[in-house]
Amino acid sequence: MSEIQLTINGQAIKAAEGETILETARANGIDIPTLCHQEGVTPTGACRMCLVELDGTNKLLPSCVTRAADGMVIRTDTEKLKRYRRTILELLFAERNHTCAVCVSNGHCELQSQAQAHKIDHVNFDYRNPQLIVDLSHERFGIDHNRCILCGRCVRVCDEIEGAHTRDMRNRGIATLIITDFDQSWGEASSCTNCGKCVEVCPTGALFIKGLGAGEMVKNHELVPGLVNTREVVHAKN
Amino acid sequence: MIKQTLTPAFPSDDKRWRIVETAMKRSNYQADALIETLHAVQEAFGFVDESAMQFVSARLNLPASKVYGVATFYNLFQMKPAGEHTLSVCTGTACHVKGNDQIVEFLREEYGLNPGDTTPDGKLSFIGARCVGACGLAPVLIFDGKIVGKLSVDEMKQKIREWVNDES
Amino acid sequence: MNLDTLTLVSEQYSDELANYHHLIHICAGTGCTSANSMELLDRLNEVIKSKGLQDVILAKMVGCMGLCAEGPVVNILPDDILYRQVTPEDAEEIIDHLVRNEVLERLRLDTHLPFFTRQQKTALVNSGIVNPESIEDYIAHGGYKALLKVLTQGDRLAALEEIKRSGLRGRGGAGFSTGMKWQFVYEKSNSPKYVICNADEGDPGAFMDRSIIESDPHSVIEGMAIAAYVVGAEKGFIYVRAEYPLAIKRLRKAIREATKHNLLGTGISGTGFNFEIDLRLGAGAFVCGEETALMQSVMGNRGNPMPRPPFPAEKGLWSQPTLINNVETLANVPRIIEKGGDWFASTGVGKSKGTKVFALSGKITHTGLIEVPMGITLREIIEEIGGGVPGGRKLKAVQTGGPSGGCIPAEYLDTQVSYEALNELGAIMGSGGMIVIDDSSSMIELARYFMEFSMDESCGKCIPCRAGTAQIHNLLSLFVEGKATENDLEKLEELCEVVCNTSLCGLGQNAPNPVISTLKYFRNEYIEAIRRNPDAVERMEINHE
Repeated sequence: MSEIQLTINGQAIKAAEGETILETARANGIDIPTLCHQEGVTPTGACRMCLVELDGTNKLLPSCVTRAADGMVIRTDTEKLKRYRRTILELLFAERNHTCAVCVSNGHCELQSQAQAHKIDHVNFDYRNPQLIVDLSHERFGIDHNRCILCGRCVRVCDEIEGAHTRDMRNRGIATLIITDFDQSWGEASSCTNCGKCVEVCPTGALFIKGLGAGEMVKNHELVPGLVNTREVVHAKN
Repeated sequence: MIKQTLTPAFPSDDKRWRIVETAMKRSNYQADALIETLHAVQEAFGFVDESAMQFVSARLNLPASKVYGVATFYNLFQMKPAGEHTLSVCTGTACHVKGNDQIVEFLREEYGLNPGDTTPDGKLSFIGARCVGACGLAPVLIFDGKIVGKLSVDEMKQKIREWVNDES
Repeated sequence: MNLDTLTLVSEQYSDELANYHHLIHICAGTGCTSANSMELLDRLNEVIKSKGLQDVILAKMVGCMGLCAEGPVVNILPDDILYRQVTPEDAEEIIDHLVRNEVLERLRLDTHLPFFTRQQKTALVNSGIVNPESIEDYIAHGGYKALLKVLTQGDRLAALEEIKRSGLRGRGGAGFSTGMKWQFVYEKSNSPKYVICNADEGDPGAFMDRSIIESDPHSVIEGMAIAAYVVGAEKGFIYVRAEYPLAIKRLRKAIREATKHNLLGTGISGTGFNFEIDLRLGAGAFVCGEETALMQSVMGNRGNPMPRPPFPAEKGLWSQPTLINNVETLANVPRIIEKGGDWFASTGVGKSKGTKVFALSGKITHTGLIEVPMGITLREIIEEIGGGVPGGRKLKAVQTGGPSGGCIPAEYLDTQVSYEALNELGAIMGSGGMIVIDDSSSMIELARYFMEFSMDESCGKCIPCRAGTAQIHNLLSLFVEGKATENDLEKLEELCEVVCNTSLCGLGQNAPNPVISTLKYFRNEYIEAIRRNPDAVERMEINHE
């Protein structure tokens, strides 16, 4: 694999061909915020938090799906990008009902930590206050749609890693909702293997282990990347 | 590729399932036949309910949630049986500026119907249609598939009253 | 079928038609059939038969003649008499007059109207002339000659060169060079490759593609086959809206007939070229007009767009090289091959070559379908061809490009129509919908109408489009209801910028355009709305003290 050279935030960086801008940046200690990205499953470019500026084009590029190329001059933290990211976060907070203080993931939530990093102290939009259900029908896990940001990580992990494809999304646009099987309650979904990987990859408190109090749900972020890594090693040996 | 080992039975002995089966066979039971198959279900039965989705999911070897996700993404697929008659109101721009916005309002106020609703007696279903491309006839209503155009708002209201009260 | 048999079919059919003294053309487009034109055709045939005139008068269905609001429209040849709003009851009188060589004045429509004389037809050249359900009629009017010419010459590069030289650009809206698009797919060495015709015309107020397919389905099929041959594809899909039942019926029939005549299928015209076309029906999702979403839908998935790159030319259907062209673009292809790229490029202005089909609707006298040379002014389209605004009202704006486009105010009517000029005004060429707005309409309400559309049609994948369009809609409602403040105006402008610049696909990136353009040209309406809000006025006064 040949090596390429590019510049990120004024820093000269070497990368392997085929890597994404996000991978290159993170490997070099430059963090680009993400919400829908999940190491180990297919990136979708959906959350738009990882957009970066590239010299020579007006279009912002999603760094999770854009391959690094030789000679690229990239900026990841301009005032404009920060302003856009703040708006995207505000849109999420206004979309559903995110009440951090009572949330199982309080203190361990990616949406919350992004909001803190972007210094969001108020939301500029009217709260939509949708009436969404909390499904506690599964023996061990629960899903609170009020806290879901529709990043699709649970859908991809269930399909690509577990191979069950218990989850998908129903409807579209602002009415989109995560479903299990034929939109049954989770406890009745026969395809679910109860593996719990969806819970571990969920960035917020939308998917959680039952019986925990506020702030007690700590996700294992290494689980899925670890599984994928093990699989690759096993495959390579065979 | 996983071979289809068990052929699922038709959900009922309704002959229309054979039409659905033919649609899937035509596409060799490939995954990309899903939308075509849902069209076949909708055309044969007028709606796509869970038993239909279960059958299609089993026959095409597709996850349940995927079939449900696709069926609900597209507006054309109805999950409930439609009324005896169907009234579509074109909500394209030309029809909108020529009075159909008032017709949508009228259906809500007079009959409590929002797009997708059916009257309690099962007589009339109201569907909000995207531009049907008959802008030359704007404003356009579609009653049981037939386009009726160029009526004033009052004439349209009159027509709708006739249709709703129609005893046929 | 080879060139010789094609010529034979053409001559036989033309000879047959030449036997008749008069041809009566009855429009069979959606507009006219909804106004009972097929009952009229039946009645005319009855009358012709009852009077024993079946050897001298032929009544046949043809495609759209453009003036949809006057339907059913009937054209009598060779006399070139046009009748409008004809009912089955008029049939007998029409035939009687024809026999006496007289014109039925009460139904007559003046063919010297600018609506007819100012048009220039390329994509619509067969519309209103050819029977859309007869391949022989299409062949008799020069159909499939271009395809067989390309196949016989066997020079893919030469055909590609002709398309490039024509300067044809995508008629679906974005205006990318068709020749370049073809070249990208041509250059890819992996196979199979696919060709898709995008017939998912979803802009409200746009019916160009529906009309082309209903009127002349074979020209689209021929254009697709030429494209497939040039880029090296053997399989094509036409993705057509389920809301267009007549177009679907005609396409099905056209594909069947073309296959029967070996103009589609295996070993086309005795060459080694194979090409087959499948129809795929949309199911009510506007976003599927976006090419990556369309491909997802063809593969049986939810219509969620994918990031580009990779572009379809590289990784399209089933990750294979895929060419996607719109209906009108493809309908132009046979003419370009037949008459040459230079011929096509001789019409137009700047980088916008050839002619463009527009669907005129809204508050305009002659609602309907027109084809005009690029470079024509909006004033000529609206005032001359369209006959201006009816009812003594004043023109306020012209909306182009539907929910992705913008409003052009009356003072810019002298703008020449081109991709560049319309972009500069903050509107877009779009697919060709042109909606005339008179002074009785509120621009904020119109902007909200389009935003409601975009909100309902957002796929929900990316946050700015999913949640942003909903918030823009909410803000616009505040203005409509007189509850908005200056702060809301600021928020609206900022949010539009974010949704434009951060959304994943064209739907989201262009969704704020109707708001941005009305903010630009009709800002006073927004200010007025703020003034109507008693709370906001009080605050404004405090700020000014």
